[in-house]
Amino acid sequence: MTAFKRPDGRKIEELRPITAKVGVVPNADGSAIYSSGNTIAIAAVYGPKKMHPQHSQNPEKGTLRCTYLMNSFSVSDRIKPGPNRRSMEISKITEWALEPVIMLKNFPNQVIDVHINIIQADAGTRCAGINAAAMALAHAGIPMKSMVSSISIGKLDKQLVVDLTKEEEDYHVGEGPTDIPISMTDDGQITHLQLDGKINHEQMKEAIEMAKEATKKVYEIQKQALKNALEEKK
Amino acid sequence: METSYITGRRIKEYLSLGKRFDERKLNEFRNITIEGNVSNKAEGSCRVKIGKTEVIVGVKLAVGTPYPDSADKGNLMTTAEILPLSSDRIELGKPGFDSIELGRVIDRALRESGFIDFKKLCIEEGKKVWTVFVDIYSINDDGNLLDAAGIGAVVALKNSKLPKYDLENEKVLYDEESNEKVPLTDALPLTVSVHKVGDSFIVDPTREEEDLSETRVTIGSSRGIISSIQKSLGQSLSSEEFSEVLDLSQKAWDEIESKIKKYLK
Repeated sequence: MTAFKRPDGRKIEELRPITAKVGVVPNADGSAIYSSGNTIAIAAVYGPKKMHPQHSQNPEKGTLRCTYLMNSFSVSDRIKPGPNRRSMEISKITEWALEPVIMLKNFPNQVIDVHINIIQADAGTRCAGINAAAMALAHAGIPMKSMVSSISIGKLDKQLVVDLTKEEEDYHVGEGPTDIPISMTDDGQITHLQLDGKINHEQMKEAIEMAKEATKKVYEIQKQALKNALEEKK
Repeated sequence: METSYITGRRIKEYLSLGKRFDERKLNEFRNITIEGNVSNKAEGSCRVKIGKTEVIVGVKLAVGTPYPDSADKGNLMTTAEILPLSSDRIELGKPGFDSIELGRVIDRALRESGFIDFKKLCIEEGKKVWTVFVDIYSINDDGNLLDAAGIGAVVALKNSKLPKYDLENEKVLYDEESNEKVPLTDALPLTVSVHKVGDSFIVDPTREEEDLSETRVTIGSSRGIISSIQKSLGQSLSSEEFSEVLDLSQKAWDEIESKIKKYLK
């Protein structure tokens, strides 16, 4: 690879250290904590349960309802507690990222609630949230066609790198930073893709390939965490 | 799910015999564990578990203008969010009354005890002071979030650092390491909630027990000096009963203090 140097000394395609664990919220039907470097997300699943009010029910399939919330103290400048425009968009994005793999047809008139809480933020919080949520859904025993694993690919000046930190997101050299969060199923289907910055077609395709490799690594860790929980039960 | 009528009746029967489902005494707390510094962007933070109940508390500092009636003192703002993540009973949407009350009760316990040395949080009289934000998040609600939050607020403040401030550019340097602590006094404002269930008084209820609470008295005190009280829920108390509540709260205060002592340095 090139001689490009990342601020934390990671290789181009190297992810931050990941830890994952399920069963962290005893009240929930399924739950998980996922951390990637200094970013930490907790997710809890409640349901499937009957959707209220009744007029919101969908008789054809169940509803997935995700809520992403950042703790006020998870960033340097405190944010006002509660939902805001950003968190509402990420909540929706998370639903879209997970919906394709969940067998919602099995749950007409029901709702599955997924609550995501960001405890500590150092970029990639939506990806960490999606990873935790996917694990929590599996932990809750919700039938899924596949796991969903999420990672952000970045472009710093002209160089593509995997898993941006906040410091890298604020990289202002040459073409500056481009952030591309991507979520994929374990067979490489894209369920979520966003981008802000500048990138050409060629590199965009390359970014997708990098995301494929990176999400595979995330998937292995998610799978292992779920297996560990089964082992503990024995 | 709300505690059912039959379970409720049995809990009360047990309590009248001085027993609880989890074999605790009526005046006994569950196990308390604390983990410090769980969120590195906060000036101080901790995770408190009382039995299965879990809260995360974080402290942030920011520079603001003082209130006109306290021109030489810093400000305190305490908020709580009882997250839907922490229980299937909590509805999405605007913070419910419980969240608001929780924040306000903890705010008063901290403020009135003189725990925070507000005078030392003044940067420029009448113009610039530090505002201390204490934010409480529930992670798992198995009863008694209030006392867990109270412990969390004290511990998080104890391990909070005062960030460096660049007066010239009017900027808080959050990323620079600071060794200065948030100025505190030696008060220890812990809250203890005493609940009346049937004819019995208990502390540290589980979710099941808290559902049956007919009245709750939350007392914020520091070494025998009470600095805040909140009586909640619509049942009356006689003055004799209130004395019993006071005694019980002091015993519980001592128990909490001995259990969390090692985390307070």
